[in-house]
Amino acid sequence: MAVKLPIYLDNHATTPLDPRVLDEMLPYLTQHFGNAASRNHSFGWTANEAVERAREQVAALIGADPKEIIFTSGATESDNLGIIGAARFNSKKGKHIITSKLEHKAVLDSCHALESEGFEITFLDSDPDGLVKPEQVEAAIRPDTVLCAIMMANNEIGTINPIAEIGAVCRRHNVIFHVDAVQALGRVAIDVVAMNVDLMAISAHKMYGPKGIGALYVRRGRPRFRIEPLIHGGGHERGLRSGTLPVHQIVGLGSAAKYALEALTNGENDRIKALRDRLWEGLSKNLDHLFINGSWEHRLPNNLNCSFAYVEGEALMMGIKAIACSSGSACTSASLEPSYVLRALGVDVELAHTSMRFGVGRFNTEEEIDFAIELITEKVRWLRQMSPLYELVQEGVDLKSIQWAAH
Amino acid sequence: MAYSDKLIEHYENPRNMGSLDKNAEDVGTGLVGAPACGDVMKLQLKINDDGIIEDAKFKTFGCGSAIASSSLVTEMVKGKSIDFAEGIKNTMIAEELALPPVKIHCSVLAEDAIKAAIADYRKKQAERAATPSE
Repeated sequence: MAVKLPIYLDNHATTPLDPRVLDEMLPYLTQHFGNAASRNHSFGWTANEAVERAREQVAALIGADPKEIIFTSGATESDNLGIIGAARFNSKKGKHIITSKLEHKAVLDSCHALESEGFEITFLDSDPDGLVKPEQVEAAIRPDTVLCAIMMANNEIGTINPIAEIGAVCRRHNVIFHVDAVQALGRVAIDVVAMNVDLMAISAHKMYGPKGIGALYVRRGRPRFRIEPLIHGGGHERGLRSGTLPVHQIVGLGSAAKYALEALTNGENDRIKALRDRLWEGLSKNLDHLFINGSWEHRLPNNLNCSFAYVEGEALMMGIKAIACSSGSACTSASLEPSYVLRALGVDVELAHTSMRFGVGRFNTEEEIDFAIELITEKVRWLRQMSPLYELVQEGVDLKSIQWAAH
Repeated sequence: MAYSDKLIEHYENPRNMGSLDKNAEDVGTGLVGAPACGDVMKLQLKINDDGIIEDAKFKTFGCGSAIASSSLVTEMVKGKSIDFAEGIKNTMIAEELALPPVKIHCSVLAEDAIKAAIADYRKKQAERAATPSE
């Protein structure tokens, strides 16, 4: 069977909209266009029913109560609202926050924004596997610690943190626990109650839903805690997020959450994991000097992040244009610094420049994976033939023994 | 990133990729850049007694712009004099390949590679002159 090109293997960046999700969204763009806040006619009632159904679907995915779900524009807003909202409301208790160096920029930059308000942030290192340990969190907690923000699964290396253990530590010390769960949704079973999570950032477009919609889980009940809104207006979403609800988007999020929950039990993740494993086994059979970045054991079923030593990431991406993936190389960005995530877990900067991230998804096929293995193998071999570093290594030279001139 | 057709063409069909004998007296080797910075260029020039570059070969670890810059340089210097090669400025390379601003350092590296290769050749020549012939 001919493979349709290009092949999409960048499902950590975003996922295609599931056609079933689109079908459920469409009526809310056309006949059911009502404002969910209109309480005096059927247009509003229909819209409101759809919103509440979606709220239940999102809550079901993470084991929450529907009342605990606040719709936002996406996970970036959810991270901002959770972290900044909780920090500001509880600043009388203290102004210390704990997070890790591997967090998404939405978390890191929310924390940095709070520094200008007098908050002090502890950025935890990860271990070489890319994981944050509960003991590290516990050791960092101080009497004035108000919040701890640790992601469930990393967006670059796919490593899964021990969230339940960290949650237990936070609860014991009365520290609010915020979790960015974007990459884990539908890939890891989530139970916010059992995991002692207080705030959780959710996005639709990483689980085959539409872009521009997300949610923040805000725990209710004891021990009580509150957060402050960032967006003010009509008092929607329990006053925590004003703004007319984008009903069709919310329906899309709810629908995506429904299928994400199914994916946990219907074998989808096993199939995706088998494809991911096939990709890695194929590449590592064909090529030497490959290195996995981050824990292989505690990893999302769809993630492969590896370094193709002696081949620069962007050059490889140019050679495999038929495959959409991502590089941790500096040359793919304007910053000229390679992936801060790889650096944080202590990957040699040389290897960080050669790293690639593949994210397998719901719609990938075995034929696509086999095509990818062939193409990547061919291009890595070609670029290594062109690489003075590979040549030196073949000659038995230790690259570390050379006095390189940094530029 | 949007690249020029010329850059992509050089990346896809690099000219003079390979190695010359680095121990040969008439071959100058320049190895510039650093793996930690994400680019390393090796440029080798085979220069005859008249100071003409008879052959040029490169190997590059780096992004597409770095590969294209080194490929272009080998094309520019082949058959030319040392003086001409020394006169090549990074701006000529950057302009020819329409390098985006964040990739200008690739052209600087290519210029450095020429200079380093010529310096190595000259060093070898000076050593040869200093060694009494048998």
